[in-house]
Amino acid sequence: MLDYIEYEDFRAEVRAKAGEVVAPYAAAIDADDHIPDEVMKEVAKAGWFGATAPAEYGGLGWDTVRYVIMVEEVSRASGSVGVMLAVQGSLIIFPLLEYGNDAQIKTYLPKLASGELVGSFGLTEPSAGSDAGNTKTAAALDGDEWVINGQKCFITNTKRDWPVVCVVTVRTDPDKSKGARGVSSIIVPADAPGFNYGRKENKMGLRGSDTSEIFFEDCRVPKGNLLGEVNGGFKIFMVALDAGRISIGAMAVGLGQAALELAIKHAETRVQFGKPIGTKQAIQWKIAEMATKVRAARFLVYSAGALKDAGHPYTKEAAMAKYYASQVGREVAYDAVQIHGALGYDKSYPLERIYRDVKLDEIGEGTSEIQKVVISRDILQIKKK
Amino acid sequence: MDFTLSDEQKMMRQVAAEIADEQLAPKAEEMEEKCEIPADLLKFLAEQGYFGLFLPEQYGGAELDFVTYALMIEEFSRGSPAVALVVSVQNALVGKPILTYGTDGQKKKYLAKVAAGELVGAFALTEEEAGSDAGNVQLRAAKKDGGYVLDGHKLYVTNGGFAGLFLVVARTDPEAGGKGLSCFLIERDTPGFTVGKRFDGMGMRALDVRRLELEGCEVPADALLGAEGEGLKIALASLDGSRIGVAAQAVGIAQQVFNEAKRYAGEREQFGRPIISFQGIQFYFVEMATRMEAARLLTMRAAALADAGGRFSAEAAMAKLYASEAANFAANLGVQIHGGYGYMKDYVVERFFRDARVTEIYEGTSEIQKLVIAGNLLKG
Repeated sequence: MLDYIEYEDFRAEVRAKAGEVVAPYAAAIDADDHIPDEVMKEVAKAGWFGATAPAEYGGLGWDTVRYVIMVEEVSRASGSVGVMLAVQGSLIIFPLLEYGNDAQIKTYLPKLASGELVGSFGLTEPSAGSDAGNTKTAAALDGDEWVINGQKCFITNTKRDWPVVCVVTVRTDPDKSKGARGVSSIIVPADAPGFNYGRKENKMGLRGSDTSEIFFEDCRVPKGNLLGEVNGGFKIFMVALDAGRISIGAMAVGLGQAALELAIKHAETRVQFGKPIGTKQAIQWKIAEMATKVRAARFLVYSAGALKDAGHPYTKEAAMAKYYASQVGREVAYDAVQIHGALGYDKSYPLERIYRDVKLDEIGEGTSEIQKVVISRDILQIKKK
Repeated sequence: MDFTLSDEQKMMRQVAAEIADEQLAPKAEEMEEKCEIPADLLKFLAEQGYFGLFLPEQYGGAELDFVTYALMIEEFSRGSPAVALVVSVQNALVGKPILTYGTDGQKKKYLAKVAAGELVGAFALTEEEAGSDAGNVQLRAAKKDGGYVLDGHKLYVTNGGFAGLFLVVARTDPEAGGKGLSCFLIERDTPGFTVGKRFDGMGMRALDVRRLELEGCEVPADALLGAEGEGLKIALASLDGSRIGVAAQAVGIAQQVFNEAKRYAGEREQFGRPIISFQGIQFYFVEMATRMEAARLLTMRAAALADAGGRFSAEAAMAKLYASEAANFAANLGVQIHGGYGYMKDYVVERFFRDARVTEIYEGTSEIQKLVIAGNLLKG
């Protein structure tokens, strides 16, 4: 079904729930830079932490399209809660299901699904941002344990007042010339010895979604915590990022939708020159452009999700969805601020928060520039001499 | 066409650039965090003559032109857009209108103090129902005992928290629409004049932007600036000038973001080389620079027209419209080039990203600039 109408009842349910348990807290989450326990518990009760986990592990067993609609609707209420669920579902639960062995899945999945554990994804390092193959954090086997040393930065879902498990990329082949092919993924609980949080970042937006440095100092985890194969980490994190990009696109659509709705309401009610400003063509056309872009972005996101659900390749489509939706999200939030004038710049009104939040979507989980590299690499077939 | 600056203009620009780099930029983060511009910094700027740019020497002013004003505001903005705006308001929306429309008595009373920074001024036009529709001002000024009594409110008054003198646009004729407005000079300690809640904005957080409440606020007849009914004209003409300042401020934001991003992109290595060596990133810089240069030229052109004494409303509006868009374009790419670091408060592009946004909103939104331009382009 091309128009996704069949999901509208589902969306309405999630929207109502997010409006009830997330939206009322969104301003405080931003101001306090913290997601409070009551929100965590309500999100857990709704099952959203385990949206994509199979029912036998306590999850909701949703397909990707339903999952991204949930991320979209939660982000419409709060980008900070939305990104937490995007990371949980796409970067942790999905690769765990794909590459985890039975023991790993049994150990971690039920707790991730219930929200007892928040999952984070430790890929980025100070000198390995867009260039993920440059990973320097290293792990070596010592008997039955991996010993990890190194540093990660900008790691999302490093929620200090909550149990956290982190899937970390580490160099397991000391030969640096192997690049990404010498990198593995290891599951590291935050309470493992030698796992230390560094500085919590002071971000422009998505405040409350904790982003931190992590330092590994002779951090020890059991040998069995290796996810997938030794030196097979690259494939895992590429797959995770493909999935992650769909959900970051969904987040941008949700934030853009929220900005659009505020702009529509304001255009209908704000009177200047004796009439609602929505009677002016300048505002009408802006709203038309915004609504069209949000709809196009939404379809790109759902289409990538549907490809994934059908078992088709979706790397390029996920990159397109993320690149386009994040740009649309920023542009729509920008226009919404403009339509509001000073009110759009006012911290007592939700729009400026949306404007700050959505900018991250063009950066996190692969910048727009990286998305364009991924897309063009797939499209252009130029033979090397 | 001559695009060269005089030696004096070059020198003034150089001095402003040094102040921006040495006095403003190092304090910008703290000013943002504390939400204030230190009084001693304002005092320093006043002592250096930046509060009396347009004023004649007899009042202690520097008697400079709009081109020099724009150059200075641009440079200051690189260091702190908030400080640049305070300087712009003091000159274009306080000193200049008093000089142009004031009586001898008003000039003698206020201008020396304005130039010396003893009186920081504020400009109060906007109200809840009079934003873009400035002619809809409701704040009432009724005649009483040979003077006026003012009742109503104002919004988004920059410098409101500490200003000593307010230019307040009020309605003297309830029947005459935009022609029924008049401009008043009101001192802060006037009974019935209350400075209210501070605006909590996404950016420019060092600016002290206030709501004003006027309740039975009595002022003498000589508080009237210009003639009765001239209020909107004075406000709009003053805004024509100050828009050159906002345009220059926006150019300064774009320039500093460009500088910061260029430095970062030269140092940041990914895939084994500095990211500035990638064509995609280089073209970002090209687009930023081209828009910035066009914005700067529009700004200088409007300033030169203002100095020549002709009409410059449309040119100032074009400069403000285009430069504010160019600033936001640059700020967005500046953050983008910085990647994750650009989203963190440790990097100044994060602040510029938030600061830039309001340049398209205050002193007339982009939509108002377009109305001004259309009105000039398409009439007759």
